[in-house]
Amino acid sequence: MIRGLLASVEQVLASAPGTSVRFGGRVTARDDAHVRVEDALAAVLVRGAFEGVEGTLVVVVGERTTEGVAANAIESVHAPSVAFPRPGGDVRALTDHGRRRARALVARRRVLAGIRRFFEGRGFLEVETPSAVPSPGMDLHLGALEVRGLAGARWLATSPEYQMKRLLAGGLHRIYQLGRAFRADESGVRHQPEFTMLEWYRGFEDAEAVMRDTEELVLALSEEMNGAARLDGSRGPIDVTTPWERLPVAEAFRRYASVDVASVLPDEERFFRILVEQIEPELGRTRPVFLTEWPLSMASLARVVPGSDPPVADRFEAFVDSLELCNGFGELTDPVEQRTRFEHDQRERARLGLPVYPLDERFLAALEEGMPPSGGNALGVDRLVMLLTGVRDLRDVIAFSDERL
Amino acid sequence: MYDTSDIRKNLKFLLEGVPVLVVDFQFVKPGKGQAFTRTKLRNMLTGTMLERTFKTGERFEKADMEERQQQFLYPEGDKFVFMDTKSYEQLFLNGEQLGEARFFIQDGMMVDVLFWNDRPIGVTPPTFVELKVVETEPGFKGDTSTNTGKPAKLETGATISVPLFVNEGDVIKIDTRTYEYVERVKK
Repeated sequence: MIRGLLASVEQVLASAPGTSVRFGGRVTARDDAHVRVEDALAAVLVRGAFEGVEGTLVVVVGERTTEGVAANAIESVHAPSVAFPRPGGDVRALTDHGRRRARALVARRRVLAGIRRFFEGRGFLEVETPSAVPSPGMDLHLGALEVRGLAGARWLATSPEYQMKRLLAGGLHRIYQLGRAFRADESGVRHQPEFTMLEWYRGFEDAEAVMRDTEELVLALSEEMNGAARLDGSRGPIDVTTPWERLPVAEAFRRYASVDVASVLPDEERFFRILVEQIEPELGRTRPVFLTEWPLSMASLARVVPGSDPPVADRFEAFVDSLELCNGFGELTDPVEQRTRFEHDQRERARLGLPVYPLDERFLAALEEGMPPSGGNALGVDRLVMLLTGVRDLRDVIAFSDERL
Repeated sequence: MYDTSDIRKNLKFLLEGVPVLVVDFQFVKPGKGQAFTRTKLRNMLTGTMLERTFKTGERFEKADMEERQQQFLYPEGDKFVFMDTKSYEQLFLNGEQLGEARFFIQDGMMVDVLFWNDRPIGVTPPTFVELKVVETEPGFKGDTSTNTGKPAKLETGATISVPLFVNEGDVIKIDTRTYEYVERVKK
């Protein structure tokens, strides 16, 4: 370790003129009197006519001046075979487009810290449940990655839902988790097979309480990171002031596609085609919106909205800038109904030739024992970072996307 | 046959009998819903753009294409003229059919012309081309900007990003698969 070394070029820039500084970086340009030294996040102009440092990794010892650093010595620690080579993929991955990814990684750290502060402030306990589980999500449209080498059959969880609900049933009534979730065959500008998920539950409360958490969390993070209740959307500013509109699915189909959702529903493909082609592009353009009251056939692990006629599922999704940010439920707590739905999903999976996962009997036993009525939500943290930083490609807000491994 | 998992930029396939090229694509999937791939396609016969949403798993026929080496002669009006150096037969392509390639070819350059059913429909320039920088800001002069590149205009009219030490008059090598700077050529 080199003693007294500053952590980054940004720290050098933050030092007062006259301070002695010592730091590492790469020489990315030079003229007769200066070299420019930079790391992934910042560059500094170093005065001193040093030969033979074109493109090398260096340790600079000098003094901070008003315009940069006056060097006493530059020690080369790794020299390329040609002067100023084209930067390698790992340098460019962080620094291209105005250091987009490097800046996003800094923003990401602030978002994670902000999320923890938000939930701690509301009395939530942070928990960690295993990634490899005996039964992944049963949903027809989710594929799980199989894990080999463990004692029993295991899959990487598509969401930590069952284990968190067991904690709820066990008596921890306000819990949140920041962790990785895994989904097979999902990759693109808004998807990665491995992504960061924030999931939380409020026991003895409902979906409405969790929707309020969601909008207040986004508001708090926007104010902290952008200094205003505003996000930089792809089609203009988005005002995230609370409360956000609660828009029932049926109303969204009427408003944006002029169709009666009940007439579309028998054909599930048509439902999703209308959703992605006609409705999603209109959602959250200038204000975020919660899409609520989903068709019963898409209830997943949600309960039926009490008193609804015809019955609808107590499920919501928030859309911001046409991006689906989260999916939450007023949770289903009835063990009999839950088992019936799982068995139905198993039959459907078999019919469609999809892998059929075993039932999680311990989760069902927890419902038998009694899980309090609860609201829960799962939110994509990478997408949240995209919205807060104005970056449009999810692969630019994570250190390594799947194709870069 | 291809299916939706094969879709990537520049993939060519037949859509209702017409060869199309993938310009852009996006995987879309409601969290608990069916997956689709949204595409922006270029009709390779007319150069016009179209948008299509495919259900995951949909299949497409491959477009049977053939490449023949030809010499680029010169631009003429809104057309680009190419010649078969054996038969001296000339053919014409328009700017939309050439796409980005039109900014990276020079008179006399040998290129691959793409044929579909004996119809010329596109051009692939050599993987590496060497072009002269005709306009760029002066080299490094105490610049502390945060970007590692600067724009440079090439003799063919294209503008690409180059490192700070590249000067006007320099000849640079460009990778035409990505249209990115590779290195400065010593002349």
